[in-house]
Amino acid sequence: MLFELEDVTYSRAGQVVLRDVSVRLPVGASSLLGPSGSGKSTLLRLLNRLADPDSGRVVYEGRDVRDYDPLALRREVSLVPQLPALIEGTVHDNVAYGPRLAGRSFNARSCLELAGLAPAFEERDASKLSVGEQQRVMLARALALDPRVLLLDEPTSALDRAARDAVEGTLRGLRARTAISLVIVTHDIAQAARLADYVVRIDSGRVVAQGAASELLDEIPEPELATAEDAT
Amino acid sequence: MILPVAVSSIHVTVGQVAAALALVAVAVIASRSWHAGLEDDIGIAVIRSLIQLTAIGYVITLIFDQDSFLLVIALLTVMVVFGAFTARQRAVGVPDSFWPLLGSLAVAAAATLGLVVALGIFDPTPRYLVPVGGMVIGNAMTAAAVALNRLGEDVHEQSKRIEATLALGATSSQAVTPLVRRSLRSGMITLIDSTKTTGLIFFPGTMVGMLLAGADPTDAVRLQLILLYVLLGAVSIAALMAITLARRNFFTPAHQLREPPAP
Repeated sequence: MLFELEDVTYSRAGQVVLRDVSVRLPVGASSLLGPSGSGKSTLLRLLNRLADPDSGRVVYEGRDVRDYDPLALRREVSLVPQLPALIEGTVHDNVAYGPRLAGRSFNARSCLELAGLAPAFEERDASKLSVGEQQRVMLARALALDPRVLLLDEPTSALDRAARDAVEGTLRGLRARTAISLVIVTHDIAQAARLADYVVRIDSGRVVAQGAASELLDEIPEPELATAEDAT
Repeated sequence: MILPVAVSSIHVTVGQVAAALALVAVAVIASRSWHAGLEDDIGIAVIRSLIQLTAIGYVITLIFDQDSFLLVIALLTVMVVFGAFTARQRAVGVPDSFWPLLGSLAVAAAATLGLVVALGIFDPTPRYLVPVGGMVIGNAMTAAAVALNRLGEDVHEQSKRIEATLALGATSSQAVTPLVRRSLRSGMITLIDSTKTTGLIFFPGTMVGMLLAGADPTDAVRLQLILLYVLLGAVSIAALMAITLARRNFFTPAHQLREPPAP
């Protein structure tokens, strides 16, 4: 099992965001699915110790995440946050940021190519890219750390349909070409069906269902799937 | 080199101070005419300045008469503590800002006064240490408060960007480095600008005081230059120290933002 969360509770500013959450995420592509404000992005941040739970345990590959060096864990379990989160400078500056801190070598062009960006993007000003391109730069930046797991927080929420399809294609290509596991936060049921093998449904800080995507999403009525598709 | 103090002194009567209140009346009239609602604040400011300066006048007289180094240290310590309390109210966005402010003001005052004495600029006597110490602490307090206020605002505004860099394996110090530069600049820029324009747009207080007291203009200018340079050093130490000590307070030991951004 890649991740196991055992009776996790997390509060922010006195408000309970996650309550007694127990989740198992297998190797491969998983989706944390739920409406806005349900706690799924917070759960994602617990996986690489950007936050720690008030109670309960988060286990990564059999070890409590608190037993890992947090910086090493974040390089291995790399988060691609929601926009805007780029560093001032060029695309190269962004891709080089993590490897330079870690003192590692990296190949910027191969990371850009994996993220679906042409090498010509390397010297462009990151702030002048389209939202879809910025999303890919954040993906390339995370890939430059050579991670084993990518945590993707609503990777297509700010994109139009064409850009969304392109990013989803990139993620599918990533799965086909690498052994990287994906944990994708989304509010879009149809997207979870397209990208994930395993789905955890979260609502109001509680897990309401989890299981193989093929079984779990089959139980969702057709109109709900159609509504999600229309909304994107 | 030990600089001479004013070669002569002037005597100011209570009547002269009372006469100066006429200018306060002008301020009150202006506020009332334009319904600015500042009359109460002006009144409080006048009363507080009267009480505070009279009290400190007696304290300074006592310290000068006693010629006690320990009393100087005690007075400067009280000023540092009050300065840290006052600055804390402006640095509201910084968690537990009191201790970084206290440390920064103490180090700025000790380092600056120690240096001017070691370089032979001033004698280590109450007559020099008390007024210079007061100026150093006051300016250091403003610089540290402005720097931390800016740092708190920037960390709050850029929390998502900071967390994104933490997610790439940055330490908490590395994640706030771009903000530290801006905060340091904010803390120091006011004094740097006023140093640039001194003598052109305004006469600084020490020089004016010495001229009024009858000192030679050359001495007044030299002393003012020394104080401006001393203050530049003091505010840089205070701002940098406050930022260095306070930036850790935004994070846990596991390099997590204490107040995480709303997802």
